[in-house]
Amino acid sequence: MPATSPASLLLDTRLRVETPEGVDLLLSPAGPLPRARAFAVDLALRGALSLTALLVLGRLGDLGIGLGLILLFLLNWWYMVLFEVFNQGRSPGKQLLGLRVVHEDGTPVGWGAALLRNLLRFVDMLPLGYCCGLLASLANRRFQRLGDLAAGTMVIHQPRAPRGSPLEPVAPLAAPFALSAEEQRNLLDFDERQRQLSPARRDELAGLLAPLLGVPPAEAAVRLQRIAAGLRGGV
Amino acid sequence: MKQAQFEALHQDEWRALEERLAMLEKTRAASPQAAGFAAAYRRLCQQLALAESRAYSVSLVERLQQLNLRAHQQLYRPRQHLGARLLTLVFAGFPRQVRAAWRSILLASLLFYGSLLGMGLLVYLFPDLIYSLLSPQQVAGMERMYDPDASRLGPYAGRASSDDWMMFGYYIMNNIGIAFQTFASGLLLGVGSLFFLLSNGLNIGAIAGHLLRIGYDETFLSFVIGHGAFELTAITFAGAAGLQLGGALLMPGPRSRRVALHAAAKDCVGLLAGIIGLLLIAAFIEAYWSSITRFTPGVKYAVGAALWLLVAAYFLLGGRRR
Repeated sequence: MPATSPASLLLDTRLRVETPEGVDLLLSPAGPLPRARAFAVDLALRGALSLTALLVLGRLGDLGIGLGLILLFLLNWWYMVLFEVFNQGRSPGKQLLGLRVVHEDGTPVGWGAALLRNLLRFVDMLPLGYCCGLLASLANRRFQRLGDLAAGTMVIHQPRAPRGSPLEPVAPLAAPFALSAEEQRNLLDFDERQRQLSPARRDELAGLLAPLLGVPPAEAAVRLQRIAAGLRGGV
Repeated sequence: MKQAQFEALHQDEWRALEERLAMLEKTRAASPQAAGFAAAYRRLCQQLALAESRAYSVSLVERLQQLNLRAHQQLYRPRQHLGARLLTLVFAGFPRQVRAAWRSILLASLLFYGSLLGMGLLVYLFPDLIYSLLSPQQVAGMERMYDPDASRLGPYAGRASSDDWMMFGYYIMNNIGIAFQTFASGLLLGVGSLFFLLSNGLNIGAIAGHLLRIGYDETFLSFVIGHGAFELTAITFAGAAGLQLGGALLMPGPRSRRVALHAAAKDCVGLLAGIIGLLLIAAFIEAYWSSITRFTPGVKYAVGAALWLLVAAYFLLGGRRR
């Protein structure tokens, strides 16, 4: 089992998984709700496929019925397995909702894990409506249902491209004293976040640092912006 | 180095990697092995570590982290040599795994064949007992299937040979589905596998006992002996695999239940693939050989015995030489 830890001490479901290359992957496990929605999409798709198959193949007589039964079997037991193996862990429903199945160590699923987690789905659906799976997935940090636990897999959100908004240029300024790495990170984080805050809230937060910066509270926000620009380096 | 310089220095590299990833994510044909992808990934890992240790801004670190996750997904794609892996499984892996799992297979066989023979004997001696399991309509249906005067045997007797296709599909859907259920329900502390093994054993035993008692022995036995070698074996294997899952949860040993379950499930993958193979063979034999009445029961018994011997030899001797 790979070493995982919560990504931060904040209330956050993201997990850190260390890779052999010595960097941490940040995985965000998908909870029951998006997974249920993905399953509903897949169910509808499978239903539509079986219906058309039965209508078309039913006209071919017994050969058609035989083929139709095999097709039903494939749709019932193999639909998820084949999509997860051949489409990088994404059934059409999962792809639509931006989900993906990976091993617990963050690597993509292969045949063994995909087969196991989908055969054991039978138990997760017991006694009705995914009761077992729901209980199991609420009882662990990775939202794993029973099949996931046995196969060592989890469903994650695919990372979305970060929305970057350009910073307005301000005259850079050196920090009044040396900052620790943690302080620098927080300062830059505040600088990027302050455009999403209301001006009043921004000034209130920045004002906390006013005594330290030696400026009146009203100017603290601009001063912090200039220091952040100085840390980031000239453009 | 300031963040702005760092970004300016590597911007082009990241953009190129992004384009490459978009292509890799779209098609399976594009191979992540080609032309320096691993090297680009390693450089990215280093840049991410640098960005984190130099306390660059969250937006940059997150961008690199996401790029890193996507590249990791592509680099560690499973190697898909399915054909080669299946061949190894057929010629060595499957019989070896079966022998390694002999304890649970013995237990599953005792449960299944024990209940089958016991119930068969009881029904043979006390004929009314069959109605505790099956309704009179079902019993009448069974009798029709194995009527010695029928031209074809098995479910939907009296069908023409063109129906064989339909029955092939039916057997695949029905039997492999049952095997999957027998395996999967082992996750319920083994109780589900126990239930499916016993209920299948009792049902088959009751029907066998009833048909033998009313003198349909020749049609029934000559029908089941051929594909039984594969089908009954596969059902006991599926039960055994399910019992292993349940056993891992009940008796995890020195490991946590979660780790024990994961390890047990991993061992079952090869068995499952083998079971599917056995049941495909069984469905084929059942649809195209067992049901025909052109051959005398003597021929069918001989072929059936040969198939049982073949199966036994495969699991006892297969994959011994390394």
